[in-house]
Amino acid sequence: MKRLAAGTELDGFRIGACLHAGGMAHIYEVRYADERTAPFEMVMKVPRMTAGDGAENIVGFEVEHQILQVLQGVHVPRFVAAGDLVNLPYLVMEHVQGQTLQQVMDAHVQQHTHVEVSDMARMGCAIARAAHSLHQQNTCHLDLKPANVLLHPDGHAVLLDFGLSCHAHYPDLLAEELRKAVGSPAWIAPEQVVGVRGDPRSDIFAIGVMLYELATGELPFGNPQTNGGMRQRLWMDPTPPRRLRGDLPEWFQEVVLRCLEPEAVKRYPSAAHLAFDLEHPEQVKVTKRGKQVLGTSFFTHLKRWLKAAGMHYQPSPLPSQQIDEVPIVMVAIPHNDPSDATLYSLRQSVSRSLGLRPGARLAVVTVISPNQSNTTESDKSETSLHRQYRTMLQQWAQPLNLNDHQTSYHVLESTDVANAIVRYAEGNNVSMIVMGAATRGLQMQRFVTTVPIKVAMEAPCTVILVKQSLPFERLLD
Amino acid sequence: MKYALLSDIHSNLHALEACLAHAQTQGAERIAILGDLVSYGAFPAEVVARCQALQRAGAIVLRGNHEELIQTHSINTPNPNPSLGSQTAQWTHDQLSPAQRFWLEILPLTAQVDHMLLVHASADAPERWRYVEDERTASLSLDAACANPEVRYVFGGHVHNQSLYYRGTGRQLMAFNPTAGVAIPTPQHRQWIATIGSVGQPRDGNPRAMYAMFDSTTCKLTFHRVAYDHRAAARSVREAGLPEFFAQRLETGK
Repeated sequence: MKRLAAGTELDGFRIGACLHAGGMAHIYEVRYADERTAPFEMVMKVPRMTAGDGAENIVGFEVEHQILQVLQGVHVPRFVAAGDLVNLPYLVMEHVQGQTLQQVMDAHVQQHTHVEVSDMARMGCAIARAAHSLHQQNTCHLDLKPANVLLHPDGHAVLLDFGLSCHAHYPDLLAEELRKAVGSPAWIAPEQVVGVRGDPRSDIFAIGVMLYELATGELPFGNPQTNGGMRQRLWMDPTPPRRLRGDLPEWFQEVVLRCLEPEAVKRYPSAAHLAFDLEHPEQVKVTKRGKQVLGTSFFTHLKRWLKAAGMHYQPSPLPSQQIDEVPIVMVAIPHNDPSDATLYSLRQSVSRSLGLRPGARLAVVTVISPNQSNTTESDKSETSLHRQYRTMLQQWAQPLNLNDHQTSYHVLESTDVANAIVRYAEGNNVSMIVMGAATRGLQMQRFVTTVPIKVAMEAPCTVILVKQSLPFERLLD
Repeated sequence: MKYALLSDIHSNLHALEACLAHAQTQGAERIAILGDLVSYGAFPAEVVARCQALQRAGAIVLRGNHEELIQTHSINTPNPNPSLGSQTAQWTHDQLSPAQRFWLEILPLTAQVDHMLLVHASADAPERWRYVEDERTASLSLDAACANPEVRYVFGGHVHNQSLYYRGTGRQLMAFNPTAGVAIPTPQHRQWIATIGSVGQPRDGNPRAMYAMFDSTTCKLTFHRVAYDHRAAARSVREAGLPEFFAQRLETGK
């Protein structure tokens, strides 16, 4: 379709300024033609081609047309209206405020400044959360790159451009029997190169590329123009970021290189796990991956190269199912003289919950009241009191077999225990809370809302209320 | 226009009524029955009577292979390879009036309406009852139907499972396994072929009845699974003295 003049009316919308004239589509500011006020600013995306032209590049628009209409939440532009694909293709959506990650990067390049590690962690965490919200809706973005990530002034990230995305509930229009690579060469994940579409961990790889780029100003695998060039990432490790920028902490490199693992199973199993690490850097378990500054050896690469030669397309299960299998499990441990039976029962319950789910992550939490520690906000995590409680949590977890599970320990301060637990679960995409049922509390329920009941009512996820196991109590007798 | 597409009812009145009631809640404006009204189940006469009433009210009703199996001449012709359906053919025959059997015998094989071609089995040779069970057979059916440029959709039954085939960016058809209850955009500039599953005898391990809704205005196709009293349907099969296997099949959906 030709460029529309400002002032034109189209299907009830008044066209304003053209904000972007890309190779595929024009983007205009729009208002309602009948002067109704919209609840938010709107833009209209109009493809250059129509479906009637039979052109290949209209397929991307058709995919976005399909997917944007069903996505929900703050991490995608709100959908307003769509025109008929054949006769009048357009999409009207929210004009989200903010800067793209590309603009943020460009600004730093211009001013010759490094992005602070804490800023990178904050942005990375926001992007990972946005990706997780998409995955929960059975959608993989598959074209995450700095130009498609918008950072909203309030801190959350909004993902743009769903032209290469894949919604597991809809036929994938971009798939074909030959399984070609579909994506942007610099950010595309190894499995996408061999035609796998629909693995949420492909988005985690792309986030890894962006974090690498943000930290070092370089692309980990360059910007290859050929399929052979893209296949390199099937076996090759990039130069460790700490070699390019000495002040990067080991934990940061650990996180980035874990995202960039050639094999999807070695990456973070879900974007929520990635967000968790970026939010709690002090809890990241640094391995060789984070420490190395020399590159990977020739022989390791050769072995991987041989393995990668056989890599081929395999279908992926539903994204929401995949991420449900690797939940973040939170256990709330009471610290005021809990009975041994309580601690034992909580441990048994956590062990059962994790046992079924290799890759699940465990967050061990306790809530103390603020007047127990008399320090300021800024250094509270370092007080001896916190250390003492953290040691208590670690001791509690000692008997659990946590080899296959990343585990972290958190001491929260709040006067409202239930509220602190619920807020923590919300903020960290926790899938399951395990806590004591406080048997006496259940009887009290008639008169006051007890902590477990309040958590069960308000939590955004499943709550397991553990009762002290009877056999153990009998053992004590 | 919202079409409710139902196929392979197989004398299961419980399942048929449940699907029709469900379709009503979904705003169905026209009903299409894509064949195999009879065999296997306990209520052939009632199902035929119900479909005759639907037809008088404007529904499309097509003929399937089982409408032939229960005719006098089929039963009297010795069959060297008897199918499962022939086990209930004589009993079903006896339950139906001659007028009902005649009505079944002269039902049309296909119907074309609103860019859709409706057929019990495969559109390339409807009377040969070929299965549309993979990309290749789906392609044969779709290509034959789309020889008429008006046709963009082929909907059929016969295979007792729900699947959708579409063209991606390549040349070959791609198979898609739909999720029940999700409205799938199936825009008209592409060609689509779907098997809508079986109302009266699911075989995928889930006893819920299958049917589909197609909205020709918004171009969206929704596959549905409907819970119904399958235990009562199985009980009726036993009470009618039909082979135990057909009762168990309704209970397990296998």
